[in-house]
Amino acid sequence: MSNTFETVAAIISETSDIPLEEINPESNAMEDLGIDSLDFLDIAFAIDKAFGIKIPLASWTEELQAGNAKVEDYFLMKNLCARIDELAVAAQES
Amino acid sequence: MIDSVETLNSHEASIIACAHVPDQSPVFEGHFPGHALVPGVLLIETMAQASGYLILALNEFRSMPFLASVKEAKMRTFVPPDADLIVTAALEHEGSGYAMTKAHITQDGKKVCDAQLTFRIMPFPSKDLERHMTMQVEKIGLKKAN
Repeated sequence: MSNTFETVAAIISETSDIPLEEINPESNAMEDLGIDSLDFLDIAFAIDKAFGIKIPLASWTEELQAGNAKVEDYFLMKNLCARIDELAVAAQES
Repeated sequence: MIDSVETLNSHEASIIACAHVPDQSPVFEGHFPGHALVPGVLLIETMAQASGYLILALNEFRSMPFLASVKEAKMRTFVPPDADLIVTAALEHEGSGYAMTKAHITQDGKKVCDAQLTFRIMPFPSKDLERHMTMQVEKIGLKKAN
């Protein structure tokens, strides 16, 4: 998780020009860091490549729009990193 | 902008298409008087259309790509009226709900522009658009090239 957080924070800092020290595990990528859905496509691309996964953005978006999930479920940094870890494990097992 | 698809390579996730610039167009009246040139935004649109057809074919026409961002766009030389253009696009990354391509256009073997394009991919927002795209891919020979 800590390595994942460091990697993801570095990606966000680089792609969105946000100082690294402003990103912490409790940061909400959308609400606190001001990242919009278009910016997040670049972040998702970099995360997909770095971890060898495919972040399920389409299904996350559907769940958010349907009210079946909250933004923080996916975009609070610690939750995002936990989901990336799960996806990376699943990718290694497949 | 795209007139026909020359090659679609599903294995390599790439497409080569042809586009002919008309000899006459209202666009040239203002761009520019006495020095007609294809506007750079139309060249970007042409690369986006080729990329979009590639993505459509790769997802078997199930969902629609919409241009979301353009990066590193370079207009390397002028494109005049009546030019025959070859448009090439290759999939760079297919994510969940988005895709990225690299595309370029050549005229007489010389690269005239290139760019990196990002698309959001979503269900067709209307049946009319889906029908239109189905007709369009048949018109340009995309299904035949597939």
